[in-house]
Amino acid sequence: MTVDSIQNGIVIDHITAGSAMRLYELLHLDELDVTVAIMKNVTSRKMGRKDIIKIDADIDIDLDIIGYVDPKATVNYIKDGVLAEKKVIKVPERLVNVIKCKNPRCITSTEQELKHIFKLTDRDNKVYRCVYCEVKAQ
Amino acid sequence: MRSIIDISDLSVEELQELIGVAEDIIANPEKYQDACKRKKLATLFFEPSTRTRMSFEAAMYELGGNVISVSSAASSSAAKGESVADTVKTVSCYTDIIAMRHPKEGAAYVAAQNASIPVINAGDGGHCHPTQTLADLLTIWREKGRFDNLTVGFCGDLKFGRTVHSLITALARYTGIKFVLISPQELKLPSYIKKDVLKRNGLQYVQTMDLESVMPELDILYMTRVQKERFFNEEDYLRLKDSYILNPEKLKKAKPDLCIMHPLPRVNEISVAVDDDPRACYFKQVLNGKYMRMALILKLLKEAGTI
Repeated sequence: MTVDSIQNGIVIDHITAGSAMRLYELLHLDELDVTVAIMKNVTSRKMGRKDIIKIDADIDIDLDIIGYVDPKATVNYIKDGVLAEKKVIKVPERLVNVIKCKNPRCITSTEQELKHIFKLTDRDNKVYRCVYCEVKAQ
Repeated sequence: MRSIIDISDLSVEELQELIGVAEDIIANPEKYQDACKRKKLATLFFEPSTRTRMSFEAAMYELGGNVISVSSAASSSAAKGESVADTVKTVSCYTDIIAMRHPKEGAAYVAAQNASIPVINAGDGGHCHPTQTLADLLTIWREKGRFDNLTVGFCGDLKFGRTVHSLITALARYTGIKFVLISPQELKLPSYIKKDVLKRNGLQYVQTMDLESVMPELDILYMTRVQKERFFNEEDYLRLKDSYILNPEKLKKAKPDLCIMHPLPRVNEISVAVDDDPRACYFKQVLNGKYMRMALILKLLKEAGTI
């Protein structure tokens, strides 16, 4: 199976196999009116299997979301058909309006206008906690 | 603007400083009687409370200040759907410092982010209650004279008991503390506190369901109430509410200098017969709470440049 290369846009590569749809949802790629290709379980020498997302437009994407879902992914910016920039992805210290606090006792459950903010409290185990109630993100 | 949301917002040195001020207030109350003259405390209590609200109010009055109070959500604009942020922005225009209790966890954090005056968390749901911990710490200090090398038993609802979580967090910063966690299976201390506070600090702890077997080793016994308001299911509450009842019989094996504490209100987890035991310290805790709140109000108003 082949997917055309893009002229101007973004390639999110080396996504852990099975994680592409979660990234697609959290990055709200469904809301774009440009071509987006999701390739799942692509053969990879390094990873065995991987997912790839190609976005045929130079949009502003939230790298923190990628760092949260899959910090080993790589983000390549393509300009005029060639690799223009490669972004290093880090596990973010804070997540703002990426995930929601599920604690029914949290203030965010009743005050809808509050931003859902999580902070990284355990880097080794990638544990995020709500800044309001300190409950662990699910 | 400095606010106090969680006990860990205060360093060990600051805790000692507050204890020093509280002891000075106890020894020389007249020295502080005008310390907050013409300053106003807002007590915003969106959840029922007797002692905490009265304690804050008594503290401010004894410092020579005044108090404006909201004593229930129903009597405030919260009933009309006003947000915590808007409420504290408004209250910041009228007063110099806020003490707030709210049923939702994290409400105090939201208040502190939006107020232009210091906010003291007077309890946010099952999350934190730092001034109760200040009361607990002064009580331990006055009864034991130290915070290190103590065996501290917590008994009852260790899952939803915010006072338990806060006191464990505070004591975890001292050396030689051993925690004995006594609770029914369903109300055990949350695993994140065991992992993030106890294990991370290399602290000793044991978990048991049997109060009597561990009684002889305790220096401090911190009893808690199983709180009806923390349960979504009344059946669970009814099943667990009488898990532990401390009575003179159970205290026979306890150390003669045991310090029995309870954040109050109690229902029946400490029998009234224990009140006459010289080891019962829970009403001293109430008084100590007022002194520590006075010390904290003074500290925050000084830091804000208000006094």
